[in-house]
Amino acid sequence: MMTEVTPHAHKQPLLEVKRLSVDYVDPSQPPAQALRDLTFTLHRGEALGVVGESGCGKSTLMLALMRLLPAAGRIVGGSVRLDDIELLALSEREMAALRWKRLAMIFQGAMNALNPVRTVGDQIAEAIRLHEDASDARALDRRVGELLDLVGIAASRRNQYPFQYSGGMRQRAMIAMALACSPDIVIADEPTTALDVMIQAQILQLLADLRRQLNLSILLVTHDLGIVAELCDRVLVMYGGALAEYAGVDAIYNAPAHPYTQELLKAFPDPTRPLQRLASIPGSPPRLNDLPPGCRFAPRCPQVFDRCHLTPPRVYAITSDHLASCFLVETQQTRGARHE
Amino acid sequence: MNEPLLRVRGLRKLFPVGRRALGRAPDQFVHAVDDVGLDLAAGEALALVGESGCGKSTLALTLLGLETATAGSIHFEGNDLAAAPASVWKAARRHIQMIFQDPYESLNPLMTVGEIVAEPLHVHKLAPNAAERRRRSVAALEDAGLKPAEHFLARFPHELSGGQRQRVAIAAALVLEPRLLVADEPVSMLDVSIRAEILNLLADLKMRRSIAVLFITHDLGTVSAVADRIAVMYLGRIVEMGTVQEVMTAPRHPYTQALLSVVPAPNPRLRRQHIILQGETPDPVKLPTGCRFHPRCPVAVERCRTIDPPLQTIGGTQAAACIRLDEA
Amino acid sequence: METTAAGYRGVWARLRRNPMGMIGLIMLVVAIGVAVLAPWISPYDPHAVTRVNILDIYQPPSPAHWFGTDDAGRDVLSNFLYGARVSLTVGFFASFISVTVGGLIGISAGFLGGRTEGILMRFTDIMLVIPDLPLAVVIVALTKPSLTNIILVIGLLGWTGTARLVRAQTLSVKQRKFVVRARAIGAGNSYIIRRHIFPLVLPLIVVNTVLVISLAILNESTLSFLGLGDPATLSWGQMLNYAFTRGAMSAGAWWALVVPGFGIVWVVLSCTLLGQGLEQALNPRLTTHHLAADRTLKNLPRWELEPTPVEQAGNV
Repeated sequence: MMTEVTPHAHKQPLLEVKRLSVDYVDPSQPPAQALRDLTFTLHRGEALGVVGESGCGKSTLMLALMRLLPAAGRIVGGSVRLDDIELLALSEREMAALRWKRLAMIFQGAMNALNPVRTVGDQIAEAIRLHEDASDARALDRRVGELLDLVGIAASRRNQYPFQYSGGMRQRAMIAMALACSPDIVIADEPTTALDVMIQAQILQLLADLRRQLNLSILLVTHDLGIVAELCDRVLVMYGGALAEYAGVDAIYNAPAHPYTQELLKAFPDPTRPLQRLASIPGSPPRLNDLPPGCRFAPRCPQVFDRCHLTPPRVYAITSDHLASCFLVETQQTRGARHE
Repeated sequence: MNEPLLRVRGLRKLFPVGRRALGRAPDQFVHAVDDVGLDLAAGEALALVGESGCGKSTLALTLLGLETATAGSIHFEGNDLAAAPASVWKAARRHIQMIFQDPYESLNPLMTVGEIVAEPLHVHKLAPNAAERRRRSVAALEDAGLKPAEHFLARFPHELSGGQRQRVAIAAALVLEPRLLVADEPVSMLDVSIRAEILNLLADLKMRRSIAVLFITHDLGTVSAVADRIAVMYLGRIVEMGTVQEVMTAPRHPYTQALLSVVPAPNPRLRRQHIILQGETPDPVKLPTGCRFHPRCPVAVERCRTIDPPLQTIGGTQAAACIRLDEA
Repeated sequence: METTAAGYRGVWARLRRNPMGMIGLIMLVVAIGVAVLAPWISPYDPHAVTRVNILDIYQPPSPAHWFGTDDAGRDVLSNFLYGARVSLTVGFFASFISVTVGGLIGISAGFLGGRTEGILMRFTDIMLVIPDLPLAVVIVALTKPSLTNIILVIGLLGWTGTARLVRAQTLSVKQRKFVVRARAIGAGNSYIIRRHIFPLVLPLIVVNTVLVISLAILNESTLSFLGLGDPATLSWGQMLNYAFTRGAMSAGAWWALVVPGFGIVWVVLSCTLLGQGLEQALNPRLTTHHLAADRTLKNLPRWELEPTPVEQAGNV
């Protein structure tokens, strides 16, 4: 009954990731399974939130998509198609040419990602120069001005250094840098962590505006369910390097099927209900080089039953665009079928 | 009404800026904390909310005696600490303990959990012997939710998870049986799934042990899990104060309203109209005239440029510092 | 230098895996062994009163004298073995003085800050810009050139580098939150220095000590070579001095120069290698990920393997 269902099946997705798996190898230990059989799609203009705790594989996913995994990281299976290009089959040269032009990234921690001894304008210009013909210095300069303007920084501040920028402006500069070569997809890694709430709101609004203006696809990688609810259309919840749940934003928040999603939501404070007590998920995520034999969430799951400890659940479809990797979905479906 | 555990009045902390000319007093100051007053009763938790640079952390450090107040009084159990000699401070510090933001940085990597938790006993020479120190450390660790405590005593901080480290920090604060716990962003570095544990632990300690908690945070979302009352700070001043219910459901100061409106709600159906303040907090050296908030205030009028509004009671226990309160 | 979270446990294990550091350690142990065992392994007693025959002077290597004889007809090998005692004694004692003085000044300046720091660091700067060697020459020349004086002069002139390093490390440790926490608990300065600052500055001091030893030995050799050594002892520097001033060159007696020179190089090299090895062993983050047993994993991202469920700002 269950096949892998692609949401928006009628449209050709911009980015299609199928059964992507990544290991970190260590000669003295079993490999760490940082990513297992991850499948999802990203359409043009769509904002997808990738949510999970640290160690859930979201950073690995991001680096694997950019093909920027560290030396120990190995892509051991799957495919990543951007339009009709198989990214995993590209040579490093071809990938380098495509990076930033089609697929750009906003790094976490803008202070560390900017070079402190070069002006912001110069660093944005560099991103363009590396990927496009930039022989016309005046055009390049104009483009830098436009980019800064686009992210709400006065173009006159291009000749300032990162330390002269506030935290929010540095993050804006990082976004300008990501947009330098007009990419189709921007991967934003915790773009608002370490920022104050008001600055966070400014940055989120900027991302939402840019997305509308430029028809950008955004992959928002974060642990913050709140900003995902604000910005995203669809959500991919990851746990222990695998897909836990993948659905539209409304389904994730109002009809979550995976116990992990449910628990995560209970742990998140809701400012509209100030006096509620928060729930926490006891225990900690599994070690990726010592995964449980069954479901990765089983040791912490409040709804666990015997079968969960024995075999890992596959990905079940609740509706055509609501996927969850939990036996409960199957149980409910068989029960539903019996009733019919 | 009884004397509260902590009564702060007119507290001011200024930091001189720039190079001091020879023999001349500095003429420019960072107004980190500027005329702040607050009360905190035993067993009560007050959340101090504001963006970075609003002075909330300086206020905490001043309450702990790690910064000296420029002016004002800090009455703790009736004694004015702001004017007190070092000996009174040392005695008071036993009763005022602090939990820091970063559980990775606030524990000495070379000390075991047992040593870290017993350290305050050592410093204050409170436990006569090793057995007593151990007994009290174990009790504190269990109170902080690390059970069985014996299992943790010999371990090093790097062997623990972030949540466990923060519990160790809490245990080290509890071991002195403090009356006031100052928690500076205790969960902002932790994963969402374990934030609730730490917040609930603080709430329990407040309730069961009647410890007063000063909970410092920039995140209004986490406030209600711990706090009874909220004080919102902007540029060194408290601009609004009231119970959690009052402030979270009916904020009166335009800054509080904006701050509350941008807290992301964990549900797309609750997407609200955001009041996004443009720009950033002004330079605390060159303060705006009149109301400090007026350059960014969405409802500022001409009078706001000249009148510096005091914190005035609105009704109930809520108070706000805005001249347009009556109009709203 | 960042101190490892793992503490000092495992330092030995890491040092053992560091080939250069181990070579340095073995070389140093051999040198110390030679110095200690000199009376038993030397074929001749260099202090013995002998009648010098003109034919015994600058004899080339032979079965009787493996490394020949010197200008006074003494066995170069025996001189060399005994010379290790002098060189190492000066090295250890002088560096002990340097590191103690430098460590105290560095920690005080870094921790106390303010005016104390200003005064201490200006003093350090002044000592740093005065060229050590000419000053040492002047002082030793003015005082009696005894072994004690040489140790004192080298030790008291050689602490500036240590002071500056230790101050920098103290400043960085002082910023760390657990020091603020200790203060919040109510701990005083001396307690904080003992319990929180010193243990984290110690690795740097250990590494620095090993390097200062080699500097002290070089300085002693230089002073002795310039004829300012203790005439009652025979260090490698003095052997060079005698050989140089008493015609070893013109007599073609290369062994009288090469052997003590080899000793100096041996010890200085051993200290340098050991120092580098210790630095890496005390700070494994220089080379490997702390969870990985193997060096190939040095680029492993922390957030993927670490089981601790923590989201930290800036972990990429």
